[in-house]
Amino acid sequence: MYIDPHIHMVSRTTDDYEQLAKMGCVAMSEPAFWAGYDRGSAAGFRDYFEQLTSFEPTRAAQYGVQHFTWLCINAKEAENVALSREVIAMIPEFINRPNVLGIGEIGLNKNTKNEATIFLEHMELAHRLGELILIHTPHLADKHPGTRMILDMLGGDAQTNPQRVLVDHVEEHTIRPVLEAGYWAGMTLYPVTKCTPERAADMVELYGPERLMVNSAGDWGPSKPTAVPDFILEMRRRGHAESLIRRVVYENPLEFFGGCRRFAFAERE
Amino acid sequence: MSANRTAQEVLDREYLPVRAKILEIAAALDRIDRAAESSARPERLTDLRAGIELLLRDKPGRAELIQRHFSLEYEESWRAKFGLETSSSATSPGARESVALDLGAQHSGD
Repeated sequence: MYIDPHIHMVSRTTDDYEQLAKMGCVAMSEPAFWAGYDRGSAAGFRDYFEQLTSFEPTRAAQYGVQHFTWLCINAKEAENVALSREVIAMIPEFINRPNVLGIGEIGLNKNTKNEATIFLEHMELAHRLGELILIHTPHLADKHPGTRMILDMLGGDAQTNPQRVLVDHVEEHTIRPVLEAGYWAGMTLYPVTKCTPERAADMVELYGPERLMVNSAGDWGPSKPTAVPDFILEMRRRGHAESLIRRVVYENPLEFFGGCRRFAFAERE
Repeated sequence: MSANRTAQEVLDREYLPVRAKILEIAAALDRIDRAAESSARPERLTDLRAGIELLLRDKPGRAELIQRHFSLEYEESWRAKFGLETSSSATSPGARESVALDLGAQHSGD
């Protein structure tokens, strides 16, 4: 059994739900993200939030998978500050839907001033509403400076509780500062631009399982929704205990999500 | 943390995959050389070659080093550059300095 704490099912076919269920996925968490193009209005986000909070949980339930979600305007579209503020103002209308875990995936993309401004406004909303935060760190060459900037912004706010923040897409050069600052860290198993199951296993060996998760971030691009089972297999092939594997792929997500007052997970007996 | 594998066991398991990856890199570099028009940006090739040289480092930490090699630099002064001013009132865990929003910069963010 495992949980995928970061996967964009809105971009996947129903066949993927079936395959994930067959491979042992019992729950998933889907952050709000980029649609593959820049949306033209806040109305587009309203429909998207409706899809995340009502249609996707129904689609997942057909295969016995529990679906949870997060709300925000993503880092790419955050470059449009006016649109971002309309979307942020809309979030409270949806935040108390049963499957919503918090604010995410907020973050930086190209590390611009507008992105940082909107990141801070999302943080302020999350703190005001008492919500968990899920953070997207930039890709490739932007990841190192962007992660540092994100840690600056998190650390610069006295209301930040590291136990309630998940910094995602960490890699070898960003995982240590994230964990040392007390945040949760997610490793994303995604071809070419992010991590592999093997490198994720290396990082679990180097840093231990505490506050560490793995995810597939399956989305519109060439990605593998079954990447978490690949990680599980790699860890088994290296001879690691089932208890260690279970902690990373099942217990840690449950522990982090449990910080949300709405989180109701039906454990399989 | 390890699962009690010896270096020999790891090497035996990794040898063929690493060999295959080295061949992929070699073939890609050959492809660049064979291209009809040699217009590849030299700095990107230099970047790749420098990354390859880092593989030959004789101590652990190569993956992190290579990640840093291919990264842009972090600018300590980014908040001043963006007009997001700092203050000295940070008290949260792990804070080095706090951030106070520059309301003027916020409303002119477009």
